[in-house]
Amino acid sequence: MTIDSWLQAAVADAERRGLPEMKPILETLARATKALRAADFNDSAAPSHQPPATSHDDD
Amino acid sequence: MMTIEEFGRRLRARRTTSEQATNECLQRIDADNPRLNAFILVMADAARAQARELDRELAAGKDRGPLHGVPMSIKDLYDIRGTATTAASRVREGHVADRDATAIARLREAGAVFIGKTNLHEFAFGTTNEDSAFGPARNPIDPARSPGGSSGGSAASLAAGMALATMGTCTGGSIRIPAAACGTVGLKPTLGEIPTDGIVPLARTMDHAGPLTQTVGDAALVYEALIGEPRKTPPAPVPVRGLRFGVPRKYFCDLLDDDVRARFEEALERLRAAGVTLDEIEIRNAADLGTIYLHIVLADAAAYHAATLESKPEKYQKNVRLRLEMGRYVLAEDYVRALAGRELLRREVDAALGAHDALILPTLPIPAPLIGADTVQIAGKAEPVRNVMLRLTQLFNVTGHPAIALPSGTTKAGLPCSVQLVGNRTATDALLRVALACEPYITVKP
Repeated sequence: MTIDSWLQAAVADAERRGLPEMKPILETLARATKALRAADFNDSAAPSHQPPATSHDDD
Repeated sequence: MMTIEEFGRRLRARRTTSEQATNECLQRIDADNPRLNAFILVMADAARAQARELDRELAAGKDRGPLHGVPMSIKDLYDIRGTATTAASRVREGHVADRDATAIARLREAGAVFIGKTNLHEFAFGTTNEDSAFGPARNPIDPARSPGGSSGGSAASLAAGMALATMGTCTGGSIRIPAAACGTVGLKPTLGEIPTDGIVPLARTMDHAGPLTQTVGDAALVYEALIGEPRKTPPAPVPVRGLRFGVPRKYFCDLLDDDVRARFEEALERLRAAGVTLDEIEIRNAADLGTIYLHIVLADAAAYHAATLESKPEKYQKNVRLRLEMGRYVLAEDYVRALAGRELLRREVDAALGAHDALILPTLPIPAPLIGADTVQIAGKAEPVRNVMLRLTQLFNVTGHPAIALPSGTTKAGLPCSVQLVGNRTATDALLRVALACEPYITVKP
């Protein structure tokens, strides 16, 4: 799941549950998750040791 | 205000009693708790009865050791049999503990007197103590300011002389942060060293139990009781000359209040003059720390709270509820990434300590913040209070290394500053010996 699609689904779920004020903090979490996925310690099934640029496409 | 060591000397010289010390603490509570709100429950009658019994024991020749008769306050996250463990939350209404937490049982066996249960950030999920069902605890040095958190009531009770020592818990800095904000010592032992059963969890993989005290020697005495190996005196300090410390300036000194930075540099200079070698070192992945911590703590906390978030969401403080709800959206793949990052950070801190007796860094980047402040100005820029307060402590909860915060002078406004020392995993005792040696150079007596 990309971060954008996760964020969209999470915000929609929070609103459905009567928690619209979750939107800004979910956006904060999305930024943190983006940083986590971009960290250089992440492992990957790609043949090179570098995480492929498209494996967790956020945009 | 007496230290545990001073109290012990006076007690055994028959110049005071546990009942007298307990009554003095209760008088301070009567006088100051209305403005500080440090206690959720004051156990006056039970504490007096406990103290009298311990005085009788001592008179009959039974000496339980350094904590015999010592009045202690306890964060209201620990089970004390027969009392409610509120976790500063209405979610826990109706709870009564049917047994002591293991840490409490060990303190009881060591002779501690439980004077009351202290206020905290609800479920220990915050650094300011503002979100409590019982209202915010306040800093004794300036009641308009936070005592830090989440063990804010504990630190306030100690700093105000309402107890000779206190127990906190720490998931991201909740012992060291309030210790720094209130000018006390705060010890987070190695992860897993003190049992956490009978303590309401925040994030089980990062929760620690530990004491806040007036001195390193007192911290050592409480620590030894907590691990079930009480001894008569604190461990001997190591020689200062010849110690070698790593100083991780990158990231850890990037964002500091000017006075906090000045007090830290002065402490380093005093240590250098005393013969300590200081090496600049780097924790390479430190910048990833915040996101690693966040994904672990959120997911761990959400797992514990999921049922009550559904069944009684209105009982939570609003901010705490929203942060707990946030954890329910963390994806499993990101939690696994965070665990991988955690392991990397653990190896990096192990490596940094390989050639050093300890790491040394500031504890809290800012002095105690004003209650209600969402942001704080550092170098002319507004920074979120919560992120800033966790910035220097959370690494060692993620990695599990023992760390101790020591007071280190004050700002120009008279607010405490603090320095922390970090030791090797499973070597809390060695860290305490180093801290004992360095205390005279770090903690400047006014």
